[in-house]
Amino acid sequence: MSYIENLLKIFVSSAVINNIILIQFLGLCSYIGLTDSLPNSIGMSFAVIFVTVSSSILAWMIDNWILIPTGLQSALQITAFILVIGSFVGLVEMYIKKASPNLYKAMGIYLPLIATNCLILGVTFINSMNHYDFVESIVSGFGISFGYAIAMLLLAGIRERLRNSDVPEFFKGKAIAFMISGILSLAFLGFSGMIK
Amino acid sequence: MKKKLDIIWNAIIPNNPVLIISIGLCSTIAVSNSVQSALLMTFAFAMVQIPSNIIVSAMRKIIPNEIRVPIFVTVIAAFTTIAALISQAYFNAVYQIIKLYILLVVVNCIIIGRAEAFAYQNGIFDSFLDGVGNTIGYGLVLLTIAVVRELIGKGALAGIQILPDSYQPMLLMVLPPSGFIMIGILTGAIETYLRKKGGKK
Repeated sequence: MSYIENLLKIFVSSAVINNIILIQFLGLCSYIGLTDSLPNSIGMSFAVIFVTVSSSILAWMIDNWILIPTGLQSALQITAFILVIGSFVGLVEMYIKKASPNLYKAMGIYLPLIATNCLILGVTFINSMNHYDFVESIVSGFGISFGYAIAMLLLAGIRERLRNSDVPEFFKGKAIAFMISGILSLAFLGFSGMIK
Repeated sequence: MKKKLDIIWNAIIPNNPVLIISIGLCSTIAVSNSVQSALLMTFAFAMVQIPSNIIVSAMRKIIPNEIRVPIFVTVIAAFTTIAALISQAYFNAVYQIIKLYILLVVVNCIIIGRAEAFAYQNGIFDSFLDGVGNTIGYGLVLLTIAVVRELIGKGALAGIQILPDSYQPMLLMVLPPSGFIMIGILTGAIETYLRKKGGKK
């Protein structure tokens, strides 16, 4: 198998087959909390794609150039990764505040909260556990956050329609969002086994 | 004394972190397909939630307001590392299955949320009780879902066959979709209960 083919395989499997939200259940807080409106979920998806790709690059460098050579991986990996992401989100926050104040206002509290989105930290751990090389890490980071965007847009689209429909009393509120996610997840389960 | 008990009770039903506030969902859904994983996850959660609440509360007067979140995260990361290493040492078989989710306790919104909303403002003993309450609230949801899913999905509990061999396991229950559906039903149930209770007043 050629290298390009391998990258493609990583991309498809992380975006669709092992969809980070519907199959692996990471990043659910923003998935449930931010999908009541389509524009919000689009903004969030772009921010997550950007931060995920950049932090998978930074985390790969720290993991492979500092933690593994010094043998500190098991003791310091969690702390190092979370600090990388935290400081990186801080940078992005400052940049967006300066470059586009409107977007900054629209994102509100969710922008700093990207730092504690388990999806992004999850990507760095997944890359490290699978021993991906530099390019593979970037592709996996992009694929996973792309999968996040797919799931966000799907649920946001459905929930926009749901506003006008008659939901049973029992499921009103968040409960119906979970039920829909269950059905979406069932649909995505159909992709499993696509790549052997 | 009543007030102290209220701190624990509050975190279990009226403000249940998972079902009412909808945080900490990722690990709840992901590890609830077997009782063993759920127990190890609850253990790891307790190992991080209670001590980090205590530490944050003890240091609250010397933590500067501007950089409190990075400090919280560093404290939590330290306890997560400890919890992960203990789990690896003593429960390695289960640990290998849910490794990712144990490492991710560090960004569990419940723990950061409690540090920010409770431990940073309250005394050490109260914060300890709050940690215990949240652990119970989280653990109960996790175990309830895990028992149902493993019993229907495999006919077993904690790996021990409970239902007779003639029972045809409903495999869907241990697959990802049922996690969402189970938590949807529980959320609906608890919200209906609270709505009814609120209506009576």
